[in-house]
This record gives sequence, C-alpha cells and structure tokens, in this order.
Amino acid sequence: MPASVDSQESNGQSRASGAELVRFNKITKRFGDVKVLDELSFSVDTGKHVTLIGPSGSGKTTILRLLMTLLTPDEGSIVVDGDYLTHQEKNGKLVKPSEKHVREVRKKIGMVFQQFNLFPNMKVLRNVTEAPRHVLGLPKDEAVHRAEELIELVGLSEHLDKYPSQLSGGQQQRVAIARALAMRPQVLCLDEVTAALDPELVAGVLDVLRDIAQTADITMLVVTHEMSFARDISDAVLMFDAGKIIESGPPDKIFTDPEHGRTREFLSTVLRGL
Amino acid sequence: MMTRGMFETYFLPGVWITIQVTLYSALMAAVIAFVIGTMRTSQLWIVRFISGTYFEIFRGMSALVFMFWLVFSLPLIFQWQLVPMFAGVLAMGLTYGAYGSEIVRGALAAVPVAQREAGLALGFSRFDRLRRIEIPQAWPEMVPPLNNLLIELLKCTALVSTITVADMTFAGNLVRIGESESAPIYTLLLVVYFVMAFIITRGMRVVERQAKAGIGQAPPRTSFWEKLSLREPGGEGTTGAPSKIGGAQ
Ligand SMILES: Nc1ncnc2c1ncn2[C@@H]1O[C@H](COP(=O)(O)OP(=O)(O)O)[C@@H](O)[C@H]1O
Ligand SMILES: [Mg+2]
Repeated sequence: MPASVDSQESNGQSRASGAELVRFNKITKRFGDVKVLDELSFSVDTGKHVTLIGPSGSGKTTILRLLMTLLTPDEGSIVVDGDYLTHQEKNGKLVKPSEKHVREVRKKIGMVFQQFNLFPNMKVLRNVTEAPRHVLGLPKDEAVHRAEELIELVGLSEHLDKYPSQLSGGQQQRVAIARALAMRPQVLCLDEVTAALDPELVAGVLDVLRDIAQTADITMLVVTHEMSFARDISDAVLMFDAGKIIESGPPDKIFTDPEHGRTREFLSTVLRGL
Repeated sequence: MMTRGMFETYFLPGVWITIQVTLYSALMAAVIAFVIGTMRTSQLWIVRFISGTYFEIFRGMSALVFMFWLVFSLPLIFQWQLVPMFAGVLAMGLTYGAYGSEIVRGALAAVPVAQREAGLALGFSRFDRLRRIEIPQAWPEMVPPLNNLLIELLKCTALVSTITVADMTFAGNLVRIGESESAPIYTLLLVVYFVMAFIITRGMRVVERQAKAGIGQAPPRTSFWEKLSLREPGGEGTTGAPSKIGGAQ
C-alpha cells in the first residue's frame, strides 16, 4: 500500500527496507494552546502520489510545512529517505539536528506554494537556475540547460527573459513548479497550488502537474480541493479532519464509496462548490 | 567682494575637501548601515543584541561632540593624535551608519516572509538568502530614505570645520575674516551646498529607477516639474505637474 497509517515507531534504519520515503512518527504540533496535530503518524512510499484532503483548518498545510522544515514539531519525528529530518543521530542517540544536517536532508524535499512566491528580483530563467547553481553548485551552463528543459516542460519557453511581475498567476505558478523540480527533489509538496488562480488559469497548471505525475518518477504529497485532479493522479488519498487521518485508501474507494460520514459530507460540499 | 586669490587658495580646495569628507563618511556609513542593519534582523539574540547596542549608542551620540572627543580627549587617553579629517569621517561614519542601519533593517523586515520561506525551501543558506533574495528586494525601498540621509550627511560635514579641517565652510570663515564683507561668502556657501544636495538627489533618483527596474517594476514616471523639484517622487497615478501643484502639501 502506497500510503499507510499506523502508529508504529520507526526503527531508524528504514533506508534498507527501501520503499518508504517519508515517515511521520507521532507528530504533535501546537500553535499556542491549540493542538493542530496530535500524534499523527503516516508514511509515503517512494514514487507514490499521495493526496491530503479535508476541510480548511484540518492541518494539511501544517503537515507540508513540517516536512519542508518551515515548522518544527513539538513532539515526534520525521524521517526522509532513512534520515531523520527532525533529529540527528549521534552515538546512537537522537539529538537536535545541526543546521548543516537539516539542509542536507531538506535537499530531498521541494515545495510549491499557494502564492507561487517567485523571486521578483530575478527573471524567469534565473528563478529556476539560482538554487541549482548556488545550493547544489552546478556549473552555470548545466543549470541553464536543466532550467530551459523544465521551463519548456511547463510551456513557458517564450518567457525566459521576463520578470515574474510580467506573467499571469498561472504562468508564475508553472515557473514555481519548474523551480522546485530543478532541484531534483525526491518528494514534491504541492499546497493548493491552484487555489490563488483565476478559474480560467487552473486547467493549465493542473495539466502540467498531471504530465509530471505521469512521466517523472517523483514522489508527491499533494493538498488540493480539485477532486478530479486528485482522482487522476493519486495512488492514495488521506482524509483529514481536525488534525487526524479519519480515512485513507485508493482514490476510487475514497471518492466513490467513502466509509466515514465526515468524508462523505466533505466531498459533497467540495463537489457542490464546483 | 571676495578676491580671486582668496577664492582659489581657500575656497576651491575647501569644496574638494567637503566632497572627500562626504564621500568617505558616506562609504563608511553605508558599510556600517548594511552590516548592523542585517545583523539586527538576525535570528540569534546575541547578534541582535550587539547590533542593537551599537545602534542605540551611536544614534544618541552627538556627531559634533564626538568629533571634539576624538580630536581632543582620545589623544590624552591613548597618547596618539588622529588626523582631524580622519576623526571627522570616523565620527560621521559611525553616527550616520547607525541611522542608516535603521533604514536597512526596516526595508529588510518589509520583505514578505514568504520570500524567506521560498528561499529556505530551495535550500539557500541564511547568507545566500540575504544576498540573493532579501537585500535585492529591499534595496529599492531603501534608496529614497538613504538619499535623505546622504543629504543630511553632506550638510553635517560642515562640522569638520570646527576641528580645523579646511572644508568649504572653514574656507568661508577664513574669507569672512580676511575680507571685511561676510554676506556674499555665506550666500555662496548655501548655494554650493544646495547644488551638491541637488546633484546627489538626481543621482539617487537614477539609482532608484534602476533598482526598481531590477525587480521588474516599471520605472517611475517623472514629469518635468518633478525633475526640477527635490520632492520625493510621486506615487502611481501621478500624471503631470498641474494636479500635483493643485494638491500642494
Ligand atoms: N502560524 C500559525 N499560528 C497559529 N495558528 C496557526 C498557524 N498556522 C496554522 N494555524 C492553525 O492551525 C490549524 C491548521 O491550519 P492549516 O494546517 O493551515 O490547515 P489547512 O491547510 O488544512 O487548511 C488552523 O486552525 C490554523 O488556524
Ligand atoms: Mg492550507
């Protein structure tokens, strides 16, 4: 099963077991007094596309931001490709990770944001080459070559020399996708990447993502309210409510025959909104 | 009227000294402003504490008294004498660096958090984020207030005349003592400071336009009247001079 929900502790040597790429171990996250995630555990296998659905405020963004290290959990641990993201192993003990360790593990994770967050001071090409050059240390021509390929993939070859402010939201989001992919992450996190777009621009972005999901062997963790898109690309769907996974399974099952009442309720409100 | 001899022997070299003092102090202040300003946005409390302490001390320091202290008190303590011009540059560089750090800090704080997060998500180090993402985006915001500060600094350089640096104000005083008439020389001084300030503003306007173009913002349109005035460039929607004059502040 591509995504599994359990409460089993990782033994810290999952690299050997192969298939599992991301694991959340009893993650608790609080904002002030509010417990947003309560001992949440789940895992994602290599190459699988897992979609998180659920009502607004149920903690989906928080999960992606924890994985991207934009937040740190209060309790529990996260393992990526056999390495602790939230900890560091020293003499068999788990300690607070060094900045260097976090940066090393973080390279395996990429993220596309709802608001694109392109760098306004860089043209399209440089938005995509900057991190490969200065974080991965690629030579300039190699980074440019890689970027040009990806920008072509997202259909923006004519716009290499424009600033983000000269592009539409949909185009900006496609650049952001290319920018994240240029780092060749093992896991790509997509947080409601079409939610900030004008309706007529949504399809273009989703088409690009469908294409990537089909052709690239990249693991994806997707938060979306676009249910038909979720159905097309997902290997597994996790239904969240109030920081808990209340139901999980293959998309056909979740979307056509959900077991949980809350899932049915949520799906009907989302689908009605279409 | 001032004689040609006085003018060439004292006043022209004085103008050059004023330019030099302004340049050197501005350069020093700029370095301090950027270093202290970015340190003040650090996540580490100790870095913020050190830079914040610098800011508080030097913002409250009188540049003039500080110059006197460097020239007259410091030698008594350390047994060596600073060159007066160096003391003047030091005093102004340190104090104006503190003012400038506030501009740098404020502009950096105004860069959206999302930009920092996008940089983090791509794996940039803190230093790379500052250098490649945050400072370039904050820079256009800094230029207009830095322009104001630079003009204040220019006018403040007249203080060095009190510690025997022969800048143009010093030369002006000499001329007043040497000749019996004092009115023309001070009028001339006012005009020269004004012209220098005007040139700085024109230069900084070019810098600002380039900075904005460098982040994909259309360069601000300036009308003929704005080109002549020393006012801040108008906001968007400024179509021409009449409306601006009509809505005079
Ligand atoms: N930085 C924050 N500070 C305080 N509360 C937050 C913060 N981020 C998220 N929350 C709260 O955490 C809960 C989950 O948020 P989020 O993960 O964004 O939900 P979702 O993405 O599923 O809509 C919400 O109740 C939200 O208000
Ligand atoms: Mg969200």
